[in-house]
Amino acid sequence: MERSVKIRTTDLNCFYGETRALDGITAELVRHSVTALIGPSGCGKSSFLRVLNRMNDLIPDTRLEGRIEIDGEDIYAEATDVIDLRRRVGMIFQKSNPFPMSVYDNVAYGVRVNDLARNSKEIDRIVESTLQSAALWDEVKDRLGKSALSLSGGQQQRLCIARALAVRPEILLMDEPASALDPISTAKIEELIYELKRDYTIVIVTHNMQQAARVSDETAFFLSGRLVELSDTKQLFTMPSERETEDYITGRFG
Amino acid sequence: MKHRKHTNQHYANLLRRLKDRLLVMSNKSELMITDSIRALVERSPSLAREVIDRDDEIDRMELEVDDLCLEIMALEQPVASDLRFLTTSLKIVRDLERIGDVGVNIAERVEELMAEPELKPLVDLPVMARAVEKTMHDSFDAFVNSDASLAAQVVKHDSELDHMYEQILRELLTCMIEDPKSISRALKLIFIAKGLERVGDHCANIGEMVVFLVKGQDIRHGTSSDS
Repeated sequence: MERSVKIRTTDLNCFYGETRALDGITAELVRHSVTALIGPSGCGKSSFLRVLNRMNDLIPDTRLEGRIEIDGEDIYAEATDVIDLRRRVGMIFQKSNPFPMSVYDNVAYGVRVNDLARNSKEIDRIVESTLQSAALWDEVKDRLGKSALSLSGGQQQRLCIARALAVRPEILLMDEPASALDPISTAKIEELIYELKRDYTIVIVTHNMQQAARVSDETAFFLSGRLVELSDTKQLFTMPSERETEDYITGRFG
Repeated sequence: MKHRKHTNQHYANLLRRLKDRLLVMSNKSELMITDSIRALVERSPSLAREVIDRDDEIDRMELEVDDLCLEIMALEQPVASDLRFLTTSLKIVRDLERIGDVGVNIAERVEELMAEPELKPLVDLPVMARAVEKTMHDSFDAFVNSDASLAAQVVKHDSELDHMYEQILRELLTCMIEDPKSISRALKLIFIAKGLERVGDHCANIGEMVVFLVKGQDIRHGTSSDS
């Protein structure tokens, strides 16, 4: 895989009031790869994820220093269209949060709002192909009109992924997308992540280290707001270069 | 390689138990070599028999270590230094078991040799045996103390043992040519020397794995690529 940088952060600091959540993060995340963010609670991994599509703008008292580039463009520049940024950088949360509407409308919603289809036929086509990309089509094709809330937890999470995919993003941010799911649903999400990285750049926060090891190409270990190590996943889990990483992943911590 | 404590004490105890079992096993297999050579030098068939009888214990310990490794991998999903420790353990347990087998083979040849008069006073073979004992000691010490430089020395010194073996081989070949009646006994001594040389190889394997354990570098087969 040719290494081409999709997301670059330079000397990034993030504060919530007086509290420093991110401390001088300089990192490169590779295009069409999966980067896992690991670290103990409060280490900054979720903050790092959220600043990538400016979700932090919504939290009062947030202050950011440094630079974040996507494809070389500063996403905190004045000219940035934040709505368009969030379309390009989709987010999947820990708890699946489908809209209280039909399976079909959940996926079609973003397409309509963003004016991404010319007519209803085209919306049909996008809904189908997106549900297929999210490995959900076969399970829901006969009940597209049913409420999304009638789906199982694992199906709801894949529906949320489909909803994010429908607006043609470039990057998918996932915040513990499988932590509330059973092992089979988790395996489906992980398999999906593996498929999706061909077309998208994926950043995933997970507390499950084995999951990070399974799904990611590169792994970033955060501690107290610092990025301790960002390495090839196999390297990090067999021979990490930093002692702090070693202590954390082998469970010698705290 | 000093480590902080595991948060999960159950996991820490399993790793400790594994290391302890390997230590006991390395002591026992080392003693099998030492005693089999002592049986040869002292012409003691009873000691040789004792060594042969100890083989079952080493075999049982190999199974125990394998089982423990499987348990740790299945239940604790080791990573980083713990993962390297597990892979190292799985590999060196086999070398330890094979060292025990060599001890048995030597002891069997000793039993046969005791039925015949001494071929000649043993000089080079005990020297080689002492060198092998030192190599075993060093390789086990390197493992216990995670000492990569000592491990690398063990690997390097293996060729010295090979050289000693060749010298003994040449001498015994000469002996056989000069006196065909010596062939049967000389062959058994060659077999014993070859066994010692094999122990050196197993120690070198252990040394290579210790380098991997400590540095994450695979130096087997002349490679030095990072794992």
